[in-house]
Formats: sequence, structure tokens, C-alpha cells
Amino acid sequence: MEWEAVIGLEIHSQLKTKSKIFSGASTAYGAEPNTQACVVDLGLPGVLPVLNGEVVRMATKFGVAIGATVAQRSIFARKNYFYPDLPKGYQISQYALPIVTHGHVEIELEEGATKTIGVTRAHLEEDAGKSLHEDFHGMTGIDLNRAGTPLLEIVSEPDMRSAKEAVAYMKKIHSLVQYLEICDGNMQEGSFRCDANVSVRPIGQSELGTRTELKNINSFRFVERAINYEIERQIDVLEGGGQIVQETRLYDADNNETRPLRSKEEAMDYRYFPDPDLLPVELDAAFIEDVRQQLPELPEAKKARFVEQYGLSVYDAGVLTASRDMADYYEAVVVASSGEAKLAANWVMGDLTGALNKEGLDITASPMTAEQLGLMIERIGDNTISGKIAKKVFEAMWAGEGDADLIIESKGLKQVTDTGAIEHVIDDVLANNASQVEQYRAGKEKLFGFFVGQVMKITQGKANPAQVNDILKKKLQS
Amino acid sequence: MSLSREDVEKIAHLARLAIREEDIPKYAQDLSNILDLVEQLKAVDSDGVEPMAHPLESSQRLRSDEVTETDERSRFQSVAPKTEAGLYLVPKVIE
Repeated sequence: MEWEAVIGLEIHSQLKTKSKIFSGASTAYGAEPNTQACVVDLGLPGVLPVLNGEVVRMATKFGVAIGATVAQRSIFARKNYFYPDLPKGYQISQYALPIVTHGHVEIELEEGATKTIGVTRAHLEEDAGKSLHEDFHGMTGIDLNRAGTPLLEIVSEPDMRSAKEAVAYMKKIHSLVQYLEICDGNMQEGSFRCDANVSVRPIGQSELGTRTELKNINSFRFVERAINYEIERQIDVLEGGGQIVQETRLYDADNNETRPLRSKEEAMDYRYFPDPDLLPVELDAAFIEDVRQQLPELPEAKKARFVEQYGLSVYDAGVLTASRDMADYYEAVVVASSGEAKLAANWVMGDLTGALNKEGLDITASPMTAEQLGLMIERIGDNTISGKIAKKVFEAMWAGEGDADLIIESKGLKQVTDTGAIEHVIDDVLANNASQVEQYRAGKEKLFGFFVGQVMKITQGKANPAQVNDILKKKLQS
Repeated sequence: MSLSREDVEKIAHLARLAIREEDIPKYAQDLSNILDLVEQLKAVDSDGVEPMAHPLESSQRLRSDEVTETDERSRFQSVAPKTEAGLYLVPKVIE
């Protein structure tokens, strides 16, 4: 039988506020345990939550960016369950009336096709603390610094049909929240987390199969692997005559498998009800419109502009606008290079990205500034150096030997553009390789590269390649 | 509407309340009475009435995003049953 997978994602995105969603405690990552957990976060008796206005503005930003409805009235509710890292015994979340509903994003599939993925809702809630299960004399340690950190939970429609589509969607949301500057997107620190709902059904069947939920998958790679594993597992169970049990499963990256979470044997019953400590959140149309007006340029628009303004291919524009940091860096390189947009694209996506990846650095941590790279590219553009020599200059700059001009000067890498000098070298090469010249003229045209190579060898790569080609062609034809 | 013994046990478990076996019939009766009252309320035609989220006719006040709290861990932990290395210790939970 042919099977089809149906996937929906729930993404938890920590909002980049200074203080918590309902208290004035800091949200900074990495502090000493429990030093950023105040009376409200601890759920001590007699305290009241007060909503952080910035959280509302950030959720609104996300809503307008995905073409969603931003609710003019939304309600906070209590989601009741007991776990030690949730001190109140309930999580303040949104249930019946979330702040954002009915949005959508476009994802890109292979071969340039696109697909629209629906976003059912995005609601505000508080994060829980962390449980540390290392051995504290047979006890569990609780750090409540994260308790009360604002989260935007973004729930997609079950619109994805493969692990690849799920990853493309997750990357899209990841890029978007960073463009909007509402989340730092740091997956190692847990700022951006994902649960996946996965089911399979025979192709052509309209009703959905029983789904399982995969919890807390914290990298793009693991999302793809976990979903693929789970699809295979479900198909195996069904083809073996079994049934899928609706349950929560954990992905084990070490063994590349998913396994059930024992505690969910009994169905969860969260008994949601409106939180009496919080009043309805009311937003007027003018506020929402104001947020819309202040939206930054979004990835789609930026990509289209890069194609238009810089003459880049759609693919290159997509790579360069995948993150806002990358796009900003690229544009700064273009400016510094006096407008060498295509060369800049090649260098940023090629040598620079390669060097960064090799050292595991993010573009924001690049030791080479956009201005330094731009100035080097300007030297290619004005024919001071060739592209090939530029690789040497780049390496020296990366090694911290100084700016491009200094390196070109001190290493004598300046390109030879003097036609007379180049002709002289070419004459020598042709004279010393008479038999190859004969073969070339007899039709063995691929020897052209050999002559170019000889000229470059003698000039140590410094001869202007275009001039070498021109002159060589003329001489060989004569 | 009348709640069964199992319903009462489930509700007590969800609320993590320890109840005595012999009290269950009384709880079942009391809770059923509450549900009966709700049944009476349901007889009212409430079509077109927006569900109430809060008895106060007001909307949520927002605070500005500023850190106003300082570290008071040692005070809070002085009343905790058990702490170590800045952590609150609780009976082992493994999920």
C-alpha cells in the first residue's frame, strides 16, 4: 500500500523581552539557578500576574507578518497539571481566544515550487522551569529561572506531507521570528523548540490516521530524522496489522528512534478555565495598524528586492536572505565594494560561509567585517587583483594579516594589466611549446587551458585573466 | 446528572487530593448537586451572549518591559524544605 504522512508542528518561540511575561524578573539566559525567579514566578500566595506590554506587541507583530487575524480581545486561561517545575500547579496560557489566529506562510520546496502552510493559531503563555535529573541524593533539582519566560506557541495546520516540508516550515518560522526581532532563535539554549504531530494514512484517504506527538526536538536535523523515523515506524505497525496508539513519544538522537513517554498513559485532562487573575486583553485597531506600519522588510520582500536591485538569481537571493544577519552583512559588503553585487554574493556565500562553517561561527561572529571583505572585492572589481589571487588575499585577511590593500602591497599581489608585459610572457610560452601550438592549430582546442596555465605559472597568477585570454586567442589564431 | 465513584476518584487524582474511601459517596452526591445546578442554568437561552471571561467589566492593564525584581533567592530558599547548589530539591520525577 502507498502511504502518505500528515504532519503538523507546534513551535515554542521564547519572546526576546527583558523581563518575564507576568513579572519584573529578568529573562537573561545562563544566570545562577533561581536568582531570576521572583514571588510571582514561584507562585507564592497572594501575588498577582501583570502582563508585559512588549509581549503583546511582539505577538501582534508576528500575527500581522503572517497575514493572520490579531484578536482585539483575547483571554488568558489556566492549564492545570502538576509537575515540580510548574510551581503554581497551572500554566497561564491562552485557550478559547488566542491572540493570533488563521495565518499562513509560504515554504519553498525543491525545484522552486512553493506551498502554503496554514498557521491555525499562535498564543501567549509562560514557560516552565527546568528539572535537573542528575543525582541529588535521589532527588530532582529545580531551577525556576525560566519559569515565566514569555512564549509564543505557534501551531500549524496539518499541512505538511514529509519531513522535508516540516523542516522547511520550521526554518521559515525560525527566520521570520528573527527578522521580526521577537525571538533570538537560539536552539541550543532552547529559545526555539518544536513538537511534531505525525500520522500516516493510505494515499487517497481523506480522514486522518491516529497521530503521535514527538516532543522537544531541538535541531532542524533531528526534526527531519525524528519525523522520518516515526513515519517508518507507523507504517511498519500498520502493515503488520497493528494499530497506532495516540501517545507522546520522545526522540532519542543517540539511537535515532522514538519511544513512548510513560507518564502519558492516562490521557491528560488540563481542565482549562479563564484565569481570574487576568482581565481580557483588548487591543484597538489603531495599535494593530501601527504595528503593521512598523514591520521591518520581511524575507519574501527582501528576496524579491535582492533579485531586482542586485541582479541575483532567485536561489542566491534566497540563501542571502535566509537570515536577517546574513542579509545585512551582504548589503554592507555591497556598499563597501562600491556596488560589486554579484561578486559580493559569490564571496559571501562561498569563501566567507565556508570559512565560518569551518570554525563553527555564526555570521554575527565573523572575524572579517563586511567592510573589510567589501574593500577586497572592490580590488577585484577595479582589476587590482584577479579573483584567483583574491583567494590568497582572503586567506591572509582571515588569518588576521591586515586589510586587503596592505596584503596586496606587502605580498606584491597586484595584477599585471600591462598589455605589453603580458604579450611578452605569452610570446615566450608559445615559443617554448611549439609542438602544443601545432596541435592546437590542428584542432586540439582544449590545449587553450594549458597555455593559460603556463602564462599564469610564470606570472604567479598575477596576469589579468581576461587580457591573457584575449591576447592568447589572437596570437594562436594568427 | 450523577457522578460515579470513578469520576470522583479521577477528579481527586487530577487535583492531587487524597480522599477517604468512605467519603466518596458524599463527594459524588455534592458534586452531582453542583452539576444539577449548572443544568438548571443551561435552561436559559443564552444564544448570542458572549461568554464572560471575567466578572469585572474592564481590560488588562499592561506593564512596561523592565526588570524590576532583584535576586532574593536566599530568602525564598530559607523556607524551602530542601535546597542544594541553588536548586530546590523535590522527590525524584523522571519523565
